Amino acid sequence: MKFIKFFLTLLILFNFNLAKAENENLKNEITKNLRCLICQGQSIYDSDSEFANSLKSLVKQKLDDGYKEKEIYDFLKDKYGEWILYEPEFNKNTYFLWLLPILMFLIGGAIIFKLFILKKN
Amino acid sequence: MKVKFFPFFLSLIFVLIFIVFYKGLNKSNIYAPDNIIEKKVPSFSGKLFNQEKEVTSSEIFAEKKFYLVNIWASWCIPCREEHSLLMELNKMKNLEIIGINYKDKTDNAKSFLNELKNPYDLIILDKNGTISIEWGAYGVPETFLISDKNIIKKIIGPLNTDSLSEIKDLVK
Repeated sequence: MKFIKFFLTLLILFNFNLAKAENENLKNEITKNLRCLICQGQSIYDSDSEFANSLKSLVKQKLDDGYKEKEIYDFLKDKYGEWILYEPEFNKNTYFLWLLPILMFLIGGAIIFKLFILKKN
Repeated sequence: MKVKFFPFFLSLIFVLIFIVFYKGLNKSNIYAPDNIIEKKVPSFSGKLFNQEKEVTSSEIFAEKKFYLVNIWASWCIPCREEHSLLMELNKMKNLEIIGINYKDKTDNAKSFLNELKNPYDLIILDKNGTISIEWGAYGVPETFLISDKNIIKKIIGPLNTDSLSEIKDLVK
């Protein structure tokens, strides 16, 4: 009985630590995707400015409150605009940006197909 | 066919790249924060300076008058410069000035206010900077003018005589 109790306590403690570590990892991941607005060229994760440190603690606080990753991005987008996110959204301003690589890939593929495969046949 | 297709494709790509870069040439690459905003006051709660009391944003902005939210810190030099202007605004009857003490030591903040006098009707502590993030602030000092729970003006950086007269005109 004692052993089971000990084992259960250990299990609970261990699990809590895991949950915390997961939040920490998620916090790091989120802050890597956020642009530090007052120190351009750095992410929030990389920067040690007051602004970045405030944002880091805010992300941590939001995660502890049970916010999802996307909800945090939406929250910050609402406060600071889309510029704070590193990954541009898919909208009419960014169609070209997102579709160009796919277009290039398809055209390239077509050229290869035409030149090498059709020629062989 | 093959000979004609490649030069055409290549020049098309060059033209495309040229257009993109040419357009980019005229675009400013310096990010300027949006000053024109019509946003609701964020909801937050924080401890009061000098008191062991928590307040929420709905309690603070309950009345139908003008509020000036000023984010400040004793370690911030521009805050010292704008302090006299805040003292002047403090004289206005229908304007309540609310300070957010950003990442500051309480003792330093106290001596700052003792030295330069206290223009604030209420001061909220923001030890880790999260309340300022709720406001969408970039740093200190930053000032927001609020009317009827809406942010009608945002001033990034210290106040100057121009922004002072602008605030006075709006509050009148």
